[in-house]
Amino acid sequence: MNTTSAASMPVEPALTTPAAPPSTSAPSFTAAHQRRVVDALRAVLPEHSILFNEEDTRPYECDGLAAYAQLPMVVVLPDTEEQVVAILKVCHDLKVQIVPRGAGTGLSGGALPIADGIVLSTARMNKIVKVDAYARTAVVQPGVRNLAISEAVASLGLYYAPDPSSQIACTIGGNVAENSGGVHCLKYGLTVHNVMRVRVVTIEGDVIELGGAALDAPGLDLLSVFIGSEGMLGMVTEVTVKLIPKPKLARVILASFDDVVKGGNAVASVIAAGIIPAGLEMMDKTSTRMVEPFVKAGYDMDAEAILLCESDGIPAEVEEEIARMTEVLKHSGATAIAVSRDEAERLRFWSGRKNAFPAAGRISPDYYCIDGTIPRRSLADVLTGITQMEIKYGLRCANVFHAGDGNLHPLILFDANTEGEFHRAELFGAEILEMCVAVGGTITGEHGVGMEKINQMCVQFSRAEMDAFLSVKRAFDPVSLLNPNKAIPTLQRCAEYGKMHVKRGMLKFANLPRF
Amino acid sequence: MEQVIEQFRERILAAGRDKQPLCVRGGGSKDWYGQAPVGEVLDTRAYHGIIAYDPTELVITVRAGTPLVEVEKVLAEQNQAFAFEPPHFGPGATIGGMVACGLSGPRRAAVGAVRDFVLGAVLMDNKSEVLHFGGQVMKNVAGYDLSRLLSGSLGTLGLLLEVSLKVLPKPYAETSVRLQMTEEDAIRCLNKWGGQPLPISASAWCEGALVLRLSGAKAAIVAAQQTIGGEEIAGDDFWLAMREQSNEFFTQSSTLWRLSVPSTVAPIALGEQLIEWGGAQRWLRSNESAKAIRAAAVQAGGHATLFRGGDKSVGVFQPLAPALGKIHQNMKNAFDPDGIFNPGRMYAQY
Repeated sequence: MNTTSAASMPVEPALTTPAAPPSTSAPSFTAAHQRRVVDALRAVLPEHSILFNEEDTRPYECDGLAAYAQLPMVVVLPDTEEQVVAILKVCHDLKVQIVPRGAGTGLSGGALPIADGIVLSTARMNKIVKVDAYARTAVVQPGVRNLAISEAVASLGLYYAPDPSSQIACTIGGNVAENSGGVHCLKYGLTVHNVMRVRVVTIEGDVIELGGAALDAPGLDLLSVFIGSEGMLGMVTEVTVKLIPKPKLARVILASFDDVVKGGNAVASVIAAGIIPAGLEMMDKTSTRMVEPFVKAGYDMDAEAILLCESDGIPAEVEEEIARMTEVLKHSGATAIAVSRDEAERLRFWSGRKNAFPAAGRISPDYYCIDGTIPRRSLADVLTGITQMEIKYGLRCANVFHAGDGNLHPLILFDANTEGEFHRAELFGAEILEMCVAVGGTITGEHGVGMEKINQMCVQFSRAEMDAFLSVKRAFDPVSLLNPNKAIPTLQRCAEYGKMHVKRGMLKFANLPRF
Repeated sequence: MEQVIEQFRERILAAGRDKQPLCVRGGGSKDWYGQAPVGEVLDTRAYHGIIAYDPTELVITVRAGTPLVEVEKVLAEQNQAFAFEPPHFGPGATIGGMVACGLSGPRRAAVGAVRDFVLGAVLMDNKSEVLHFGGQVMKNVAGYDLSRLLSGSLGTLGLLLEVSLKVLPKPYAETSVRLQMTEEDAIRCLNKWGGQPLPISASAWCEGALVLRLSGAKAAIVAAQQTIGGEEIAGDDFWLAMREQSNEFFTQSSTLWRLSVPSTVAPIALGEQLIEWGGAQRWLRSNESAKAIRAAAVQAGGHATLFRGGDKSVGVFQPLAPALGKIHQNMKNAFDPDGIFNPGRMYAQY
C-alpha cells in the first residue's frame, strides 16, 4: 500500500455508517508545542515528509475501527531507515509519543493517534528490497502490501503464505505488529511462523535485528515477542519473509449440516482422521441466509451450518485427500456434499464466506465484528450462549468461524440510529469475549487488542501477568513513547473497568474482506 | 501437585532472599548444553503429568517435569506427534527441558521449531507468582507472546511449570532415499527442491551421500520419488540416529559446533561437516579456533554454537550485538532481578 491515508484506500466507502459520536477528534495540543516538534523534525526530514495542517492530518485520525478517532499533532512519512532513526531521536529528546501506522486497516484501534503525539506512517517505505528465489526469501520494507509480495514472486512459483483477508491493502509492517493470520493458517501458520527477521529501530535510536537469514538466532527469541506487539516495542524498517512453493492445485468441499453441533463434530472428525486441511471454515444459518442472496455462492439455505474444507497440493495428493475428507464428512452426517470441479467453482464456494462482512452491511445498517478464539469442543456451548445473548440484548448475530483453529467471528447486527442499540451491541460483544475466556479461549485471535479490547485484557490476565508484559515493554522502550497505553492496560484502567463507558467501534471499509 | 507448587514457591522465595542461584533442571539429559549450570538444583520432575489432551483440538498441555517419552507415547496412541521431532539426548528428557533448550530435530526445516508449536505457558516468576501466557488455542494475539519467548531461554527467565503445545497427525506415509553427491551438489539440490512443492520432511548430507525423507500423502511421495530418484532406505532408524546424534559422525569426536546459516551458503571448509535442515544447519567437527568458526558463521549470515565439548570459556553462544545485549540485560533484570534462575547458562552476564 503506497497511499498515505485511509481516505485513499482503493475501496468503496464503508457500507456501514458509524454513528458513534465523533468523540475526541478536535485538536488537543498547543500550537507552540506543535511548532517545536515540527521545527525539530524539519531539521532531519524533507518538508514533504511532515504533515501538520489539519486537512493533511485528518485522514490519519483513525484506523479500521472508525468509532475511535483522534486528530494527531503531526504525521511523518519517512522514506528511509536513517530518517526513522532521526525521527525517533527527535521524539525521544522532546518526549513525544509515537503511533506507528501501516495501511490503517487494523480493526482494534492499534493505530489510533495520540492527541499530542505523532503518527509515523510507513507508507513510503514500500520497496521490495530483494527477492531470493534460490533461498526462498524476500526482504521487504514495512510498507509493502501483503499481497504485493505474493504477486512479485508468483512468476517464481512461490508465495507468502499468511493471507489476512485485507491482504490487498494491509502492509507487512502491520502484519508483524498484529501477528496476522488468514484462512490458511491452520496448515501454513501465522505471521510469526513465516517471518524470519525484522530490522527494528528502537526508541533510543539503535538499529537491531531480531531473527536472521538462518532458521534461528542466538539469544532469547525476541522475534516471537516482537511479532504481535502492536507497534509498542520498536519501529520496523525491514522484514525478511519466508516464501513457499505455490500448491499446484486447490479444491474445496462444500458440506451442509442440519445441526451446528454436527458441523462442529465433523471438523473434529476430519482432524481426528489425521488430515490438516488447507482451509476449514464454518458458517451458521444466519450467515448463509445473509450472504446467499447477495453472492449466490450455491449455499444450502436450509442447512443449519455449512463447512468449507479445502485441500491443496499436487493433483494426485489433492484427489487422495478430498476422497478421505468426503468420506469423513459423510460419516459425520453431512446432508449434502459438493466438491469444486474447477477454480471458478472453488472461488464461488469461497465467495460467500469472503463476503460475509459486506453481506452483513447489506442486511443491517450497522454491525460489529467480534474476534474471540475458543477450543473447538466448546463451539456448541458458545453458540448456544450467543443465541441466548441475542434474546437478552434484542439483537441478531451471524456467526462465521475459522473452524480449523477455533477463531470465531460473530457479527452483531444493529442499527446505531435506534436509541440504545449501539450500547447493547457493545455489551453483547464484551459478553461474548468474556465467554470465550471462560471456556479457555482468548479475547482476540487475530485482530489485536489495540484500544478496542483493552478492558477485556483485564478479564483475561492477572495484574502480575500484565506487569510482565509491561516489563517487556520497558525492556525495549524504557521511556514508554512507542504506542503507549495500547494493548496492555494499566492497573488504573483495569480498576475502572466496569464503571466506564468505552466507545467501541464499527467497521470502516466494510466491503474489504477481512477475517 | 499443589504441594509441589508450594515447595517450588518456597525454594524461589528463599533463593531470592538469600541471593542464591537455582539450577532449574529436569532429567539432566542436556546438562552439557549451554554454559555450565550453577546453583542448587531445583528438580522439576516432581511436577509431572499430562493436564489436558484432546487429539481433535491438536493441543496437549503438560507439566514441565513430565518425561518426554511418556508424552510421545500418549501422542503416538492417537497417531499424533510433536512435528519438530525434539531430540531427547537421554532417557530422562522432560517437556520442560525440551522447551527450555529449544532444540528441534530433523523435521525442523519442513515444519518449524519448538517455538513454532508453543501455544501457551505457565511460569513461576521470581516473586513466586504463577503467570499464564498464551493459551490452548492456535490463534491468540492477546498480550505479548511470552510463551514462545520461553522456548530456548534455558530457564533464565523463570520456572516453567506447564506448557501447551500444538501437535500434528503423523504423516500418512513416509519413505527415505539416498543419493550419492558432493557437498556442493547437495546444497544446490536441497535449495532447488525446496522451491518446489515436494514433500521433503528431512535431509542430511554427510560423506558424499544425501539422504532425504519424504512424508505425506502416498501420491505425493510417489510423485516426488520420480523427480528426485535415489535408492530407497527402509525404516526410521537413520533419522532417529540423526535426531539423537548417535550415528558415527556425532560420536567420533568430543568437540561439536553447530552453525546455523542461510540454507544456500556454500560449503564451509573448516572441518568435517554434516548438513541438515535443507542446508540451514551445519554440524562441524573442527579444531579451528572459536574466533575463526564464529567469523565464518557471521560471514555466511548466521551464527555458531559450541554445541558439545570444547572449552566453554570461549562462550557457547555467539556474542550479541551491544544494542541487542542491552535488551537481554533489561529482560533479565525485569524477570529475574536477583539472578536466581539459571544465571549465566546462556551468557555469562545475563
